[in-house]
Formats: sequence, structure tokens, C-alpha cells
Amino acid sequence: MVMVAATTTASHLTSTFLSTPDFCGLSRSLQWPHMQRRCTRKYVPGAISASIDLKPPPYALHALEPHMSKETLEYHWGKHHRAYVDNLNKQIEGTELDGMSLESIISASYNKGDILPAFNNAAQIWNHEFFWESMKPDGGGKPTGELLELINRDFGSFEGLINKFKSAATTQFGSGWAWLVYKEHKLDVPNARNPRPSEEDNKLVVVKSPNAVNPLVWEYHPLLTLDVWEHAYYLDFENRRPDYILTFLDKLVSWETVSSRLEAAKVRVAESEKEMAEIDADEDLDTIEPEDTDMYFGSEAEDAEDFLDDE
Amino acid sequence: MALRTLVSGKTLGALSRFQQQIRGLQTFTLPDLAYDYGALEPAISGEIMQLHHQKHHQTYITNYNKALEQLDDAIAKGDASTAVKLQSAIKFNGGGHVNHSIFWKNLAPTHEGGGEPPHGSLGWAIDQHFGSMEKLIAKMNTEGAAVQGSGWVWLAVDKELKRLVIETTANQDPLVTKGASLVPLIGIDVWEHAYYLQYKNVRPDYLKNIWKVINWKYASEVYKKECP
Repeated sequence: MVMVAATTTASHLTSTFLSTPDFCGLSRSLQWPHMQRRCTRKYVPGAISASIDLKPPPYALHALEPHMSKETLEYHWGKHHRAYVDNLNKQIEGTELDGMSLESIISASYNKGDILPAFNNAAQIWNHEFFWESMKPDGGGKPTGELLELINRDFGSFEGLINKFKSAATTQFGSGWAWLVYKEHKLDVPNARNPRPSEEDNKLVVVKSPNAVNPLVWEYHPLLTLDVWEHAYYLDFENRRPDYILTFLDKLVSWETVSSRLEAAKVRVAESEKEMAEIDADEDLDTIEPEDTDMYFGSEAEDAEDFLDDE
Repeated sequence: MALRTLVSGKTLGALSRFQQQIRGLQTFTLPDLAYDYGALEPAISGEIMQLHHQKHHQTYITNYNKALEQLDDAIAKGDASTAVKLQSAIKFNGGGHVNHSIFWKNLAPTHEGGGEPPHGSLGWAIDQHFGSMEKLIAKMNTEGAAVQGSGWVWLAVDKELKRLVIETTANQDPLVTKGASLVPLIGIDVWEHAYYLQYKNVRPDYLKNIWKVINWKYASEVYKKECP
């Protein structure tokens, strides 16, 4: 137990920045210098390398009954989630992924869609942690405050969101996940900027993803998720996925958690916009002083006149 | 359109099929199993067989029929974007029907030859291509266990090259999506619904045990047809 705590602390200290969404929110060109420095660290056999932990749900395994059975949690967390952790640690040992934060491993192994072997395990660990925390005993009910305002704005009503979410969860064919995400309005090109960023442009959206894929790879900010792999509901609901979805929304979802995730996402977005603006200000070519025109026109006065006269 | 909202689910199904038949549109129905639900125990539980057949396969058929009817409509109206939009529903559900129809024939109770290795040309081809039955099984089990999420693992014959191949497909994609000349001999469903109630997360145990009820007679017949 002590060993585990030590490695957790070590990984927390060394990867504090890397594990924050701040880091992951930066465009790849800004991320790479950090990752390259980490990658050149040599693996010393016998040294404690930070491994990924199996994080327990924030409640006892029986606490979601009768809506999600203890048996389901025992298998889903105790076997499936645990296997992803054990397998990932085995996979990354001694590689450059060893010691990286979970989100960095996900980003690196997603490899722009050309998925590398570690991705399935890493992303599934992240997804399951996010899923346990999306639920609570005596969950359900309705969201409130700013979350509800944005839901009304972007889905028309709470029922509008529920219908969209139900549909995504039902129509995700095969294995996968349904998500509510906070989507920043930004262009796909790394050096293009939204000239007038406004909170109005950022939207709540429902998306679905197959197998282990999650919205981090699309640079969205996840707020809520539902696991629709069959193992998530088969013991309690057999083939009746729609009943499972309804039960989740009615009895299990923790809207408080969703609200605090939304708050955190808005802070991250605002901070990253500020950073981008600062970077742009530094690089702004329009701030070149008049004296610098020599650089462009040369020191020969005659050349400058020729250029200017050229109509 | 209004008529549909008045009738119940059951009669709606009957009404749909009636309408489809008037149009000359073929509807699909759930094929019967050649054995009882419990006849494959202990390799596959009766509980799983019943759910798998009566719920999962039936749902694919119901949704396939629905998608075909909508496609027929769209084609008649010249609605190209709807026709294209329906393709994924057709692949999922039609594929599910195709794959499961093969699967039920791939299985047989032990007292009816389930698990008995093939003699004749298929047995010889397996030995020639894989070295032995054990090696074939080991390879299929490895590939089946490695399927991420939902899918199938297949032993197939390439009817052009006259060669045995092992392939996997994702979700309900039929084998032909991996090659137009591939003919399925044995398909093993590795969706979690195929084994979860009995084997839980231990897919490798399911794969180890299912060979006890694999119907090699059917596989041999298909093989002989493609490689006479």
C-alpha cells in the first residue's frame, strides 16, 4: 500500500502539468517540447516508474443498487477496469509512455487516428474512471443553475437533451460510449484563431464513440458519459439496452458532477484563449517598428523609391 | 401514416409484413435452431442460447425488415440521401441476420457430431495449411480474443485461391466485407452477449470451450462445394 502511495505521489508531482487538461488543450506544437524532454529520460531497471492506478468508484460497489447491481460493479470495475489497468502497465513498462500521465498516453497512442496498441487500454481506463464519477447513489433528477441554462440554450429543453442522449446511446452500434461534451468553437487548423471568441460560440453537444474512443481525441471537454458496451448492462438488463439507458438517466446520473465539470471546462477554455492571445501578441508582425523597414527594402534609398514608384 | 399510430406493436409487425409482401418485398423471419436451447451445454448455456436467438437475432431481423422497407420507399421516391443514410442500418442489421444464421448452423450438440473434427478434404486442408487442428484452434482463439469491442472470428475459404484463411470482422460486418471471394466455414460470435452470462469477462474460456460444439459437418459441406 505504501509503495502505491509513493508512486502515486511521484507521478502526481512529475506529471502535474502534463495531466491537467490545460496541457492537453494546447496545440500539439506547444505540447511536443515537453513530451520530447520526457522521452529522452533513460529507463533504469529497478527504478520505480510511475504506473497507472486502478481508481475505485467514489462509492461502495453495492451503493448503486437496485439500479446497478453489486455483481455488475464487481465485474465491471473489479475485472474489466482492473484488466485495462494491469494490461496497460504491462504494455508501457520500459517504453517512452512509461511515467506519462494517462491523458498524455491517450493522446500519444491515438496517433491522429492511426491507433497504437496502448490506446485501447489507456482510453478505457480514462473512460471508466469518468463513468464511475458520472454516477452517484440516489442520482437522477434534473440539472440546475448554469448547466440547465446551457442545456436549455443548446437543446431547447432538458427533455431535448435527454432525447438526444438516449438516441446516441441506443444507436451506438456494437461497443462504445455516449457523451455530453462542452465543445469549444475553434478551427481544426493549429495556427488559425477565432478572431472574436465569445462564450456564445461554445456549445453543449451530445456525441457517441465506438469501442475505446473518447471525445478527448476530438479536443472536446467531456461532461458526462454512459458505457454502452454489453458488459456494462448485460447482467442487470440482458439485451434491453434502452431500459438500462433510462435507468441511468432517471436514477444514477450525478448532475452535480456534470455541473462542476462544466465549470472546470469553461475555466480551461478561457485560460487557453488567453494564452493563445498572448502568443499571438508576441508574434504579431504588425508590431514591427517603422525603422525595421530597412530589413525589407534594403539600405539603398534608391531601391526603396523604385519599389514605391512601382504602380 | 396515421393508421400506423393506431395499431399496436404486434399487429404493426403483421401489417408491415403484409404491406411488404404486396409490394413484392421479401421479409425475413427467424430461422429455427436444429437443436434445443439447452443442447449445447455445458459449452454454451441454454439461457444464453435462448436470449441470443429469440432476442438478439430476432431484433436484427426486425430492424433489417424495417430498414429494407424504408429503403424501398426511398428508392421509389428517388430520395438518394435517405437511401444512403439507411446503409449503416442495413449493414448492422442485415449483417447481424446473415452472421447469426450461419452461426446456428456452425453449432451442434456433442451427441450429434458437435466437436468432432472433420475428416475428408477439409481436415486435410486444415492440416496442410495450419499444421494441425490444434494449431488452427489456437490461432482462431488468439484472433478472437484480440478483437476489440464487438465482432466475429472466421475460418473461411477463399474460393478463388482455394485456400483457408482466418479473418476477423468488426460489429456485424459480414465476412464478404473483408474480401468478396471469402466464404465462411465457421464463424464464432465474440460479442459479449454471446458469452457474458456464463463466462463473464473471460472471453478466452468461452473460445476454448466452444470447439466442443462446433459442427464440422456443416463446414465440410460448404468447403466441398467451393473446393470440389
